[in-house]
Amino acid sequence: MQAKEIEIKGIKNGILIEIKDGDWKDQEEALLDHIDQNQGFFKGAKLVLDVGSRALNSPFLSALRNSLSDRDIKLKAILSTSLVTERASQDLGLEIKMDESSPEPEKSPINSILDGEEAVFLRRTLRSGQKVEYHGHIVVLGDVNPGADLAAGGNIIVWGRLRGVVHAGAGGETEAVVCALDLSPTQLRIADKISVSPPRKGKTRPEIARLENGQVIAQDWFEYH
Amino acid sequence: MSARVITITSGKGGVGKTTATANIGAALASLGQRVACIDADIGLRNLDVVMGLENRIVYDLVDAVEGRCRLKQAMIKDKHIPNLFLIPSAQTRDKTAVSPSDMIRLCNELRPDLDWIIIDSPAGIERGFKNAIAPADQIIVITNPEISAVRDADRIIGIVEAEEKGSPQLILNRLNPEMVKQNNMLSADDVVDLLAIHLLGIVPEDKAVLISTNQGTPIAMEDKNLAGKAYQNIARRLLGEEIPLLDLDKGIGFFNRISSVFGSGD
Repeated sequence: MQAKEIEIKGIKNGILIEIKDGDWKDQEEALLDHIDQNQGFFKGAKLVLDVGSRALNSPFLSALRNSLSDRDIKLKAILSTSLVTERASQDLGLEIKMDESSPEPEKSPINSILDGEEAVFLRRTLRSGQKVEYHGHIVVLGDVNPGADLAAGGNIIVWGRLRGVVHAGAGGETEAVVCALDLSPTQLRIADKISVSPPRKGKTRPEIARLENGQVIAQDWFEYH
Repeated sequence: MSARVITITSGKGGVGKTTATANIGAALASLGQRVACIDADIGLRNLDVVMGLENRIVYDLVDAVEGRCRLKQAMIKDKHIPNLFLIPSAQTRDKTAVSPSDMIRLCNELRPDLDWIIIDSPAGIERGFKNAIAPADQIIVITNPEISAVRDADRIIGIVEAEEKGSPQLILNRLNPEMVKQNNMLSADDVVDLLAIHLLGIVPEDKAVLISTNQGTPIAMEDKNLAGKAYQNIARRLLGEEIPLLDLDKGIGFFNRISSVFGSGD
């Protein structure tokens, strides 16, 4: 059976098929035969084709692509050591490299460990352009100036004026809170909720911001406590 | 005796770095100090214009760095004060013509013959700024009572601290006491509260400063002008004298009185 000339591997985002040496027409036919016999497996698949050193120009490739797309298979990339093939593939808008990257590395969420009580302590003024990210809590003894940026998996406590951007519960922890002696952040986020400070009236008081019914609310510390 | 190198920087453009450099240089020199002002804003030179020395330039900073002249040849003597010098920047080159180590080398060569080297930094936080702060013993951040300028000053202070240049000192330029009173401008307290560094001086807003820079004669040479007085006081503070901040309200009162006597409308 001709199928033994075709090697099929599962890869991260689809199927990799290696086509052995031999007449291209035969190989192509064998491949399509094989696909037809296993329609269930191939249907909707994304295909990466390794054609080795074979020099194929675009009419061949586009014919193959059409045959594949008739079978509801998307030809994604052609791997080849032949320059001719690579160029033809590029002309057809096909990739010429296997997508090595692991499936979309999600912007590494900061793991929250609210009860682990790990914290970073900063005794200084955080200035514009300075950014602190920590998976636990962040405690600042000093001011957080406008343009500074804090992101914590847990809580953020500022013993000073908080005027920059803060994100507590950056890993999605909705119980996280932000406390400051003067809570006037440019923007305050808890988990996935975003809020801005209303203009302050009267004297500054220590405040705590937290989520209540999915809304960020700020409360006088002494009333809350 | 070895000169102290001071770099004047701001982050934001147009807040008065060049004017401050010229005036502090002139004020220190008029107190008998030997001073060189260096324009580190390569490609956009203007310290020479503010000091009124544009027409005397033969060699510049880049010439000195690249060895086309001796350093002394690039030093232009001031018109009014014999112990004040300017090293102008090149107009036809850019920031990459000089490296931070060039600046350090150049300042070290100057140090033995001077008391102060004052470097006028370009705006921004890139190469030119790095060049300007590399040789500094002390950095002065200048800002205006304006939110964007203060924000940039804060950023600069953060960078300076990260480079372990010590805590910079602050000059608050173009403060208008009347506007502060009407709550239309940040007050000195607002700015100092935020930046939390030592305040070296406050220079009031004054049209005479603009006129003097256009004429190429530093305002610091005029005793009767409040802004000039502020620069003289800054120079004295740099020399270690304890001088209280000017009472700007009083100054304004004084000017108001004069203008009312002459019936002037402004």
